[in-house]
Amino acid sequence: MVKGEVVLGCLAPHPPHVVYAENPEQNEPFSEGGWEALRWGYHSLARKLKDIDYDCIVVLTPHWQTYVGTHFLGLERFQNISVDPIFPNLFRFNHDITVDVEMAEAMHDAAAEAGIITKMMRNPDFRVDYGTIVSCHMLNPDWDKPIVTISSNRSTHYYSNEVMNEQATALGDAVMKAIEASGKKVVLVASHSLSHRHFVTEAPLPEDMSREHIYNHSQYVWDMKLIDMMRRGEMQEVIDVLPEMIEQTMAEAEGGGLTWMMAAMGMPDYPAEIYGYQSVIGTGNAIAAWDPNESTRQLVL
Amino acid sequence: MSEEPEIVLGLYVPPHPQPLLAPEQNEGWSRLREAFDTCRQRIEESDADLMLIYSTTWPSIVGHQIQAHPKPVFTHVDDDFHFLGSMPYEFHMDEEYAECYREACEARGLHARTVAYDGFPIDTGSVVALKLLNPDNRIPACIVSSNVYSNRAEQIVLGKAARDAMSKLGKKVVIVVVASLSNRMFTEHIDPADDRIHSAKDDEWNRKILEFFGNGRLEDISQLSRDIQGQIRVSKVVAYKPAWWMAATMGQHNNYDGEVLAYEALHGAGGAVIQLTPAKGGVGDKEFDEDDVEFYHGDRSVLDKGML
Repeated sequence: MVKGEVVLGCLAPHPPHVVYAENPEQNEPFSEGGWEALRWGYHSLARKLKDIDYDCIVVLTPHWQTYVGTHFLGLERFQNISVDPIFPNLFRFNHDITVDVEMAEAMHDAAAEAGIITKMMRNPDFRVDYGTIVSCHMLNPDWDKPIVTISSNRSTHYYSNEVMNEQATALGDAVMKAIEASGKKVVLVASHSLSHRHFVTEAPLPEDMSREHIYNHSQYVWDMKLIDMMRRGEMQEVIDVLPEMIEQTMAEAEGGGLTWMMAAMGMPDYPAEIYGYQSVIGTGNAIAAWDPNESTRQLVL
Repeated sequence: MSEEPEIVLGLYVPPHPQPLLAPEQNEGWSRLREAFDTCRQRIEESDADLMLIYSTTWPSIVGHQIQAHPKPVFTHVDDDFHFLGSMPYEFHMDEEYAECYREACEARGLHARTVAYDGFPIDTGSVVALKLLNPDNRIPACIVSSNVYSNRAEQIVLGKAARDAMSKLGKKVVIVVVASLSNRMFTEHIDPADDRIHSAKDDEWNRKILEFFGNGRLEDISQLSRDIQGQIRVSKVVAYKPAWWMAATMGQHNNYDGEVLAYEALHGAGGAVIQLTPAKGGVGDKEFDEDDVEFYHGDRSVLDKGML
């Protein structure tokens, strides 16, 4: 059998604001737009994905938080409405999601074999988290590919950022073994922001861009430092510095997504494609992609 | 409008789904379930007309969210313990109180909003509490979120705003705080029969807190919140807030009859069902180590003031 591979890795933040601003038919609220720097970046990355041959999207999301191990969606279809618990005024999304259960089980088994505590999620009433939905919708609004969702084990809370890095690395290594054995072409998605301190108030019109800016300059400086390192292909260095960045910016990478994805991709030393950066309710959000294929890798921004 | 709200009793209950979904799998979980049932009966025997829930498993970011859907209907599944089963629910919320609470929050400087959306994800802790304590929706309820960034001043004001709204509407209220004591769970799956408190240290602190609760010393527990956070709380949020809110809502004193109905492990965390009943002649004098805040002015500009 042909060896499976990762054909693209994406850092894909999931503020529900970007879906709200798109006004897709699945989402109930109506907006007048907003956050174009992110949305247009997503559009560009989605166009690139259309030209890539792949079988499924595998996303690690910090909004399925598990304290007892790492869990994997384990049923073929989830149809429901997802209402964001934080921004219900912006995101009430009717979804119909297809899961690549075979891939999920293979990843679960590989992780378990590596000593990671794991669990398949097979309750049909389970509501898929909005992080998964936002990232996947923005990358593939046609929803024509199956997904695998991996929960975020909260090892940062229970132990430390350093332990999170170790455990997410082990998970990435295990997931890569499962991908290679599957023979499939896979897109990996780390669904999260960079700096992650929110404003605790909201403008009367949420898409009023005159009110949108980063929470503070320190967060911006950290975000730019990481993006610069991504541009230079210094991903091992990014992962090494991540614990300090998480501590200082409450970075959502605490959920393990970026570390997991970079570990699975062998810590890329080639430049990331940067598609956009913008704040959303004060948080710092970058859209980036790592293309292992040198012939299709681009300088985007 | 009466000056003081009429609070019939206050309950402190755990958020985990085991007592609802799987009490038969562990004797301790079964005892917690019995304690919930006892509280349910006592609520039924009271003439309360509102159950107000503060849930630590409903995080918010944009201020404080207050559940105002008159009849939320959904089927909830817990993120970790999905294999224990689903939790279908249909609750009855007090819209009038929810709006009044929001107004009272805003009058005290807080950012607050009501939420009333079909399919809104009511959290595990609130679902467990409402299904076990108010299974037939005998009295309308209201739920308030726990803002992830808020600290003591904001929580105290949030509690006082709850009292304002109760007084304004003349409600007789059961207060329910949904929170663990120690909240460190085992990070692996366990045989339910083997459940125990995660560590001796957690157990010792839990028992000390229960001693305070048993003596009705709510304000003293409130004053100990920062110590509790540092000693036995996994730092998911900035502070251990439930005792601040509970004390500010019920009354910042130690004049309560306290009863610990159950204390058991829930996958390693400390789960207790506790009842506090307002009384006279409680023990201990309250000591305000920190400001007793009436109006929320936002974060203190410590650096700015330091330049004066």
